[in-house]
Amino acid sequence: MASGGETVLAPARAGRRALHVATGALLVVLLAALWLLPGWVPYFYVFVATRILLMGLFAASFNLIFGYGGMLSFGHAAFFGAGAYTSALVLLHFGWPLVAVIVAATIVAALLAWVIGAFCVRLDEVYFAMLTLAFGMMVYAVVHQWRSLTNGSDGIAGFPLGRFGLGLDLQLADPAVYYRVVLVVVALAAVVLHRITRSPFGLLLTAIRQNAERVSFCGVNVRRHRLIAFVIAGAFAGLAGALFAPFNRVANPDMVHWTQSAQPVLMTILGGTGYFLGPFFGAAIFVLLETWITTYTERWMLFLGVVLAVLVIFFRRGIFGTIVDGLARRR
Amino acid sequence: MTPPRRTAVAEGSRAAGDVAPLLSVRGLSKRFGGVRAVDGIDLDVQPHETVALIGPNGAGKTTFYNLLSGRMQPTTGTVVFDGRDVTGLAPHEISRLGISRSFQITNIFPELTARENVEVALTAVHGRALRLFSRAAADSALHEEADALLARLGLVALATTRAGTLSYGDKRLLEIAIVLATRPRLVLLDEPTAGMTPEETRGVVELVRQLAASTQYTFLITEHDMEVVFGLADRIVVLHRGRVLAQGSADEIRVSREVREAYLGEPDD
Repeated sequence: MASGGETVLAPARAGRRALHVATGALLVVLLAALWLLPGWVPYFYVFVATRILLMGLFAASFNLIFGYGGMLSFGHAAFFGAGAYTSALVLLHFGWPLVAVIVAATIVAALLAWVIGAFCVRLDEVYFAMLTLAFGMMVYAVVHQWRSLTNGSDGIAGFPLGRFGLGLDLQLADPAVYYRVVLVVVALAAVVLHRITRSPFGLLLTAIRQNAERVSFCGVNVRRHRLIAFVIAGAFAGLAGALFAPFNRVANPDMVHWTQSAQPVLMTILGGTGYFLGPFFGAAIFVLLETWITTYTERWMLFLGVVLAVLVIFFRRGIFGTIVDGLARRR
Repeated sequence: MTPPRRTAVAEGSRAAGDVAPLLSVRGLSKRFGGVRAVDGIDLDVQPHETVALIGPNGAGKTTFYNLLSGRMQPTTGTVVFDGRDVTGLAPHEISRLGISRSFQITNIFPELTARENVEVALTAVHGRALRLFSRAAADSALHEEADALLARLGLVALATTRAGTLSYGDKRLLEIAIVLATRPRLVLLDEPTAGMTPEETRGVVELVRQLAASTQYTFLITEHDMEVVFGLADRIVVLHRGRVLAQGSADEIRVSREVREAYLGEPDD
């Protein structure tokens, strides 16, 4: 067994390194292609791509607590919305440069996640899901009814988008420029999130999903660990929302509605929870399907429902997961 | 109900005058509604002692473990570990102080590799649980430490195998590796050989014997297999209906009338 293990391990390790190199090369090509995208697609698709990137980050932040941490949140839009509203309000009232705006919005979302998470992480499974849903609805109610601050159901529009900051002279009003800003920020955020999933913290988070009790008997404060993951996820959702509001030109209560919380859940399951890039892939499929199908029919949810049902029944690991697993098996 | 009687003087308590006990339990009780699962247990365990806890099903062994390890809160009574009152602390706090346990039903991380299973515990012990940006997979010192523990359990060839696909016996051994990785001073093993083949059982007995001989650990073991108990224990404590029925050396327990009665039925009821 021991000697057999040696001979099996060596090629496996070499194979894994080759796989890493191939994955890295593929990602570089993908990022380069995305950077050049505005040059060769109609403008309409620059908007679609911006939306995919931001929803992808939103879904990836959700997957940190769901796919890695095993916490199914139905209230993640609260943090996306907190980011979006902070962004819109700060731009409207203070006219800060975009960099400062997204930092402020991320912090506000993280703080909100801290408050909500402190209650939610005490519970497990369906009770956790229900409590996040309840908090999500409360945040929606506040946003919808605090008219003096949020302008109610009309939302906040007409805020100016000025400088980017950091001494960079960017024409943010140009959709292609804004798209590239989004691409860079989302790519950096994805690197940070990925790094977290591979850290000791991430290892324990994965362990908590599989067996929280065993982790606590290893000397880990499971509740605190889950809370920190929840806050990180909320912060990145807030970052996505912060960039979404200027892109959307309005921050409105739809962004905080529970149906908005369902989107990262659907995207993540569509793409695959088991892989870091699954949620981004799922967001792309979701937004593209929505874009294409709604040009033919209003009933796009019906089609989405069929696609999801097929996936959940036949491809449990999601589209991205199924593809990656298929490739791995052929090797 | 008969009051707890001691049929024999505990062998381990001979040292009680010289050394403070590592674990000192006084009047520990746990009630579930009207049922007293644990009913006033007093027990001292000396450093480096191996104590076996035996008793029929429902005697309160697992509940007793749950009280010691923080999984349940006692109704009354105190648990003092190494001079410190640990009664009612959370499991992670008790684990950090040096009490670690295994479970009757195998309790591992099925989707992680065997090595990662051990690294979860090592990460916690080294206080790295909240490191967000270092790469866990690049920590070769951690891998070595984990592999050394796996080697001790004879699992090192399976280090990169997913724990969920290990054989039943190997899963149980892996859990012991996780327990040891938390660097406990007091190890609570809950039926460590349950469901194992005779060969695997002998392996576990040998392992515990070696670990006990290293004088790093103090063991509390529940076990149904009397051969294992008699082979390992410095002292045997018999629980019955949540109480200490008897305690003493293997020979003393073997000939005890009360123990036979508890196991063979209850002629005095």
